[in-house]
Amino acid sequence: MSILGTRVLRTEDPRLLTAGGVYVDDVSAPELAAAARVTFVRSPVAHALIKGIDTDAARAAPGVVAVLTAADLDDLPPPPEDSGLTGTEGAPLPLGGPWAEPLFAVDRVRFVGEPVALVLTDDRYQGEDAAELVSVDYEPLPAVIGPDAAIAGASLLFPAAGTNVAVTSGAPADPAAFEGCDVVVERTIENQRLAPVPMEGRAAAAAWTGGRLTVWSSTQNAQIARFILAGALGLDPANIRVIAPDVGGGFGAKIGVDRDALLVAWAAKHTGTAVRWAETRSENLLAMTHGRAQRQAVRIGGSRDGHILAYRLDIIQDTGAYPRMGGFLPFLTSLMAAGPYDFGKVETGYRVVVTNTAPISAYRGAGRPEATAAVERAVDLFAAAIGMDPAEVRRINLVPPDKFPHTTPCGATYDTGEYVAALDKVLAGAGYQELRAEQARRRERGDVRQLGLGLASYVEITAADAAGGETARLDVHDDGTVTVYTGSSAHGQGHHTAWAMLVQAELGIDMDKVAVIHGDTDLIPLGTGTYASRSLQLGGVAVQRAAVEVKEQGRKLAATLLEASEDDLELDLDRGVWQVRGDPEAAATWARVAGQAGAAGLTASVNYTEGQPTFPFGTHLAVTEVDTETGKVTLVRHLTVDDAGTVLNPVLAEGQRHGGIAQGVAQALLEEMVYDPDGNPVTGTLVDYAIITAAELPAFELLQSETPATINPLGAKGIGEAGTIGATPATQNSVIDAVSHLGVRHIDMPATPERVWAAINEARESR
Amino acid sequence: MITAPFTYQRASSVDEALGLAAAGGEDAKYLAGGHSLLPLMKLRLAVPETLIDIGRLSELSYITDEGSHIAVGALTSHGDLARSGLLGSELPLLAHAAGQVGDPQVRHRGTIGGSLAHADPAADLPAVVLALGATLVVQGPAGSREIAAADFFRDLFETALAPGELLTEIRIRKPEAAGWSFQKFSKRGIDWAIVGVAVQGGSIAMVNMGSTPVRATAAEQALASGASPGDAAAHAAHGTSAPEDLNGSRGYREHLARVLVGRALEQARSRS
Amino acid sequence: MRVTVTVNGSPVTADVADRTLLVHFLRDVAGLTATNVGCDTSSCGACTVLLDGLSAKSCTVLAAQADGSEVVTVEGLARGDGALHPVQRAFRAEHGLQCGFCTPGMVMASVSLLAENPAPTEAEVRAGLEGNLCRCTGYHNIVRAVLAAASERQSS
Repeated sequence: MSILGTRVLRTEDPRLLTAGGVYVDDVSAPELAAAARVTFVRSPVAHALIKGIDTDAARAAPGVVAVLTAADLDDLPPPPEDSGLTGTEGAPLPLGGPWAEPLFAVDRVRFVGEPVALVLTDDRYQGEDAAELVSVDYEPLPAVIGPDAAIAGASLLFPAAGTNVAVTSGAPADPAAFEGCDVVVERTIENQRLAPVPMEGRAAAAAWTGGRLTVWSSTQNAQIARFILAGALGLDPANIRVIAPDVGGGFGAKIGVDRDALLVAWAAKHTGTAVRWAETRSENLLAMTHGRAQRQAVRIGGSRDGHILAYRLDIIQDTGAYPRMGGFLPFLTSLMAAGPYDFGKVETGYRVVVTNTAPISAYRGAGRPEATAAVERAVDLFAAAIGMDPAEVRRINLVPPDKFPHTTPCGATYDTGEYVAALDKVLAGAGYQELRAEQARRRERGDVRQLGLGLASYVEITAADAAGGETARLDVHDDGTVTVYTGSSAHGQGHHTAWAMLVQAELGIDMDKVAVIHGDTDLIPLGTGTYASRSLQLGGVAVQRAAVEVKEQGRKLAATLLEASEDDLELDLDRGVWQVRGDPEAAATWARVAGQAGAAGLTASVNYTEGQPTFPFGTHLAVTEVDTETGKVTLVRHLTVDDAGTVLNPVLAEGQRHGGIAQGVAQALLEEMVYDPDGNPVTGTLVDYAIITAAELPAFELLQSETPATINPLGAKGIGEAGTIGATPATQNSVIDAVSHLGVRHIDMPATPERVWAAINEARESR
Repeated sequence: MITAPFTYQRASSVDEALGLAAAGGEDAKYLAGGHSLLPLMKLRLAVPETLIDIGRLSELSYITDEGSHIAVGALTSHGDLARSGLLGSELPLLAHAAGQVGDPQVRHRGTIGGSLAHADPAADLPAVVLALGATLVVQGPAGSREIAAADFFRDLFETALAPGELLTEIRIRKPEAAGWSFQKFSKRGIDWAIVGVAVQGGSIAMVNMGSTPVRATAAEQALASGASPGDAAAHAAHGTSAPEDLNGSRGYREHLARVLVGRALEQARSRS
Repeated sequence: MRVTVTVNGSPVTADVADRTLLVHFLRDVAGLTATNVGCDTSSCGACTVLLDGLSAKSCTVLAAQADGSEVVTVEGLARGDGALHPVQRAFRAEHGLQCGFCTPGMVMASVSLLAENPAPTEAEVRAGLEGNLCRCTGYHNIVRAVLAAASERQSS
């Protein structure tokens, strides 16, 4: 029986549970033995001109090796020509020209936390002392906070651009789109700014020796990081080695390298001193990229029998101080705006605005949670307007199973799906009718604690950049062990276990003889890394292909060894032994076969570029209790179907779903990155930025569903972001459902106790 | 993340602690569990030049039955308070509230004395000792004195402690009225209360409804005059100046005070 | 000042700045890097160790306060013969970790929780771990791991 699809415990864990992971700040390398510590000096104001920087006092402080500012950036290549990107290309690339982001702030700071200088000290403790002594003369400018202020444009972040609106896309609304609708509902919804908060913040270390730069980076993509470093520092990529050691979470915010890490690498080259940097959590909340931050205007219309005929989504994407991703995030939101539904007409449009806040980038789901959150709220609003159960409205409008592949008006072609079955499975699993009956009883009695049921049906796009491919190299050694070099870059996903399972399944070599290496550009020069839930369906397929190629080479070598014809050879997968059919004595181990391979060894390298995006789907149901006197919400149950095709290892898939659900629920109930009108972060520590804990969550109820992808031999789609995408709107809808009988129709996220209380009051007053 | 530099001194007796504090002057602070002070110092919001570690003064960690009152040493940890069988039977309000402070790690290190001396109106124990009408015993260069809880909390992070004085004991008369309740309302279990209510009999004190813990005197009077818990609770916010912050507007806090006082009084009644 | 802390059974002595945090003493002086720093407001618990037998956030303890005390980190949890502690075993068996960064602190907090409450309910485990943040697992399997470790010890 194949190991694929079975529950296999992780090979990563023994080390992590005993010695602990080796994250960037743990790395002990000879090149870093005398490394100086980097501490950044960051802007305490949201928007200001820099009139001058006085570093004298800092330079004289104990342990200071150097103090560096923009004036020292004299050894960089000239900035690239304006790429001419408009931001509507659907590429996650920064806008150039007047929107270009510097390394150190030069003449102007645009967000609290923007790096202005750095100090190098002998030790970590001296760093904070010295950084405090750097004196920057700021001339404050009016801060632009929120989309309204950005669009009004009274204060511009980039005067040369003449506007704060960096990207505009979408056709004007078609006035005929909603003709024929009995009911049309409109709402403006906030999908609030979040902070990714990986438990390990950003960290980097760098050493410049013999004309070569080695950078240890807490990154999801060592190869992309190397590419960015090469461009920014004017180095040949061959002279850069990037190493991603253990990485303590990324969630999209550690894609490549950002300007702070670039400055760390540059400082090593500029001074000739090895350097190390690990940001504090406060810095992380201020200056790591944030996520979401869309204002969404939804318009949904249909007939009273539940058919939705038209849907329009207009997005204003706050991108923070620098448009690092152009229009990529709302582009993805627009692409997936139709959700799993077969609406007649779907229209989208978006604008991207800059504000004096931390730049926005990918965060678990990257544009797709926003799409699902908008349409799932809209569907519930429509259901409330026509007085139909939201489950029924979904059932009527979901793409039926016989209509795949299904191309939406937004231009996405969904590959395979069983959307109605997913909905039904969750409803049955929850005992939906019994829950509705309990809800009715509590309403009848006027209980203080009311029950809410919230649904979200979703479809999402994974491996959106499948064309970029993924690599694998597989070596079988003459002792019978295997080394896999993967272009993927796990930071908790368990790829080492999964890839070893693939090798065992294909070659019959036991998992514990398979070593998996990732994240070192000297060893793996070509690769993409891990984001967009792409790794299994691209990186895993690459590993499997490499194994298949190695098997065919092995067959030939075994044939020579055993003096048999290739056709008579069988690979006994249970024993990992090449066998001549019918002759038990004529057998060769992989070790022997590899030993036959000569100087080149037994190896195969694959760059798998034939993948295509896939579309996992599911339904979430959140059951909440709302204390109608205080507004406090308790999540009581959370059930999901998250169908990402054929499951390779249920242990890993479940773990991804759990983590995604928790982050999704947290957005609905607790988290928001808040700035005051002057651009000062109000939620700048983990005291105020409310990460969810074990005490606020129940055990999750995961239901099984596997509708294979047809595009790759593993039948795999991506699971990493699906949980987040479904959980947020299910939970939000649940809270609103709990108090809908009091007249509440919408509550923006996070549904804090005060927000819920205020919504109840407002509904009561307007009756 | 890193405190400003300071000098660390360790006291091996109360007298030594007092002496070090006198010598250290204004910029010296006592360090007990450190779970109020060190977080402030790590963000450089507090920059004492000298820390006098009193954490080894195990003679200040005790919970004893003195007949008419319970004596609690100032260095008793929240965890020990929560687990104390004596408090469980005589002062369950204190035991229960201590069990809600922070999280288990914080409760292992944080002390009642440290919490009271820090005087954060959002902390749980200041309101509890106020509700219990505790007497705080203080040692100073001029000797020992007693301060009523009602007189102890002066303002935000400000107490009646004179420079160098050390809180050594909290004395709590065994309550006549057995009913008690502690209502701590927050978004997450680890958060400070948005609003909290401590009730012992007819005594009601509130967390985070002002710059110090405050008694809900109007509600207490209504209750004493025979009002039902619900009617008495309607007066809960009277005379308060609740803060406005990320977690609650003043209006919301006043509303919560009314709701939580009502619930606390009902629960206390059911326990009496 | 000169500080001696017994870490995982062995005394570690060093002259350190008075303001040295215990977590940095463990990482930089004792060279035990499994214990991680995840925040600066004593919120996340990644730095949790056992200090004289009780869980404590080592970022909120001065090394000087731990002078003369005993500290156990996750590196010191396995038995001398390498056999894993039941909590370590349970975390693996239940897939209670992903990126691993919160794990050492989570494991030590769990060890302390079970020492104080050997047969906790699910709710008690969740409340008992509220001082330990995890961004990867959603806590579902961590809670299962602690309950599994509890029932293993109960039955042995």
